[in-house]
Amino acid sequence: MGLELYLDLLSQPCRAIYIFAKKNRIPFEMRTVELLKGQHLSDAFAQVNPLKKVPALKDGDFTLAESVAILLYLTRKYKVADHWYPQDLQACARVDEYLAWQHTTLRRSCLRALWHKVMFPVFLGEPVSPEMLATTLAELDVTLQLLEDKFLQNKAFLIGPHVSLADLVAITELMHPVGAGCQVFEGRPKLAAWYRRVEAAVGEDLFREAHEVILKAKDSPPADPTIKQKLMPAVLAMIR
Amino acid sequence: MGLELYLDLLSASCRAVYIFARKNNIPFDFQFVDLLKGHHHSKEYIKINPLKKVPSLKDGKFVLSESVAILFYLCRKYSTPSHWYPPDLHTRARVDEFMAWQHTAIQMPMSRILWIKMLIPMITGEEVPDEKVEQMLAEVKNSMQLFEEKFLQDKMFIAGDHISLADVVALVEMMQPMGGNYDVFLNSSKIAEWRMRVELAIGPSLFGEAHDRLMRLAEWDSSTLDPMVKERICELLQKFK
Repeated sequence: MGLELYLDLLSQPCRAIYIFAKKNRIPFEMRTVELLKGQHLSDAFAQVNPLKKVPALKDGDFTLAESVAILLYLTRKYKVADHWYPQDLQACARVDEYLAWQHTTLRRSCLRALWHKVMFPVFLGEPVSPEMLATTLAELDVTLQLLEDKFLQNKAFLIGPHVSLADLVAITELMHPVGAGCQVFEGRPKLAAWYRRVEAAVGEDLFREAHEVILKAKDSPPADPTIKQKLMPAVLAMIR
Repeated sequence: MGLELYLDLLSASCRAVYIFARKNNIPFDFQFVDLLKGHHHSKEYIKINPLKKVPSLKDGKFVLSESVAILFYLCRKYSTPSHWYPPDLHTRARVDEFMAWQHTAIQMPMSRILWIKMLIPMITGEEVPDEKVEQMLAEVKNSMQLFEEKFLQDKMFIAGDHISLADVVALVEMMQPMGGNYDVFLNSSKIAEWRMRVELAIGPSLFGEAHDRLMRLAEWDSSTLDPMVKERICELLQKFK
């Protein structure tokens, strides 16, 4: 059994891994774990990842959780092109800096935007107050500004002239609020231009394929009561 | 000007960087950024790090934030012993896995405990509602359980037989609630034993020195708190209500 990647393309970090593996022609078996059906909470999946989250990797007997760790593992094992995670000390540090920063900032705001705007009302049938939604979207706005001012600045890509893991992780996160119908790039020409560059670097077809699921998030059929009950605690913990 | 590290040892991420640099005899200038006096919001510091956070590293013109990035940078630049960030593909992945997970699972909740048990009541004179406190303590308990079951298991250290960056980061973060007299190590002898091993490997004197400011937090005169910091803390309290 070769490399297995346990993914649900609804999830931001799963999309980054999917794109990275495909772009670098890393052979893998796709194991779909349907989040909206609660499959990540099963005992079977806990054998792969006791943290009960996607993405997860299984390479022979070796299992690995956490998208950043998985991306770095794939980078090293498959000896991908240098620009993804440069050898240069300072360039590499910039990628590390972004990958560390995003956990509690952009990842979080994008997740909350999707859930407060779409998934709670549409999928879980739970209304979200206009105040709550407004706060979430305002937070997203602040984070997007930081992304532009501190990380992108006037560069072509987040860390310099070439696309890296940082751009992949960032762009897949931004697609969450895009999937929720937020106009993320409106009034942000710098970010919009960067988005087009990353899409081109990855390949439009691959980018589109990876984002089919999230772009249909607003069409999610409502969860049945059993599923809803099962998912609620994990969802609330996730977006806190 | 050599390597500068902008730190306040009240912050767990600063302690990780401090301990690692000192342990490896990496020469640096300690630039104190007093969080309690709001120095991280000062014009001077914003020029160094517009994100207004500590720790920051300044190496000539190169400025770097995020403790995980700083730790990796120091490892590489100063060619520290390989056990800190093991070269073996799988072992390194275990360190990366912990370093990624800890941001939301350990650092955030541990830091929140200190806020809710100590800083918020001390500064605002008000207590955080019991319900919220219970929720946070439950979150911490859950994280500690996951730490033991998935990350530590029956190993001596997170990556195996030797201490790595992951252990330092884990321990300094778990120490954070101690500043508010809350001990997360009580429920697990496995974790308590791991803690002793990590402290020993770091060196008790260095470990103690790094944690001195945190452990004396109760003695701090909160009337000297920067008004802007106080305002933000009061706002924070509102979020918990």
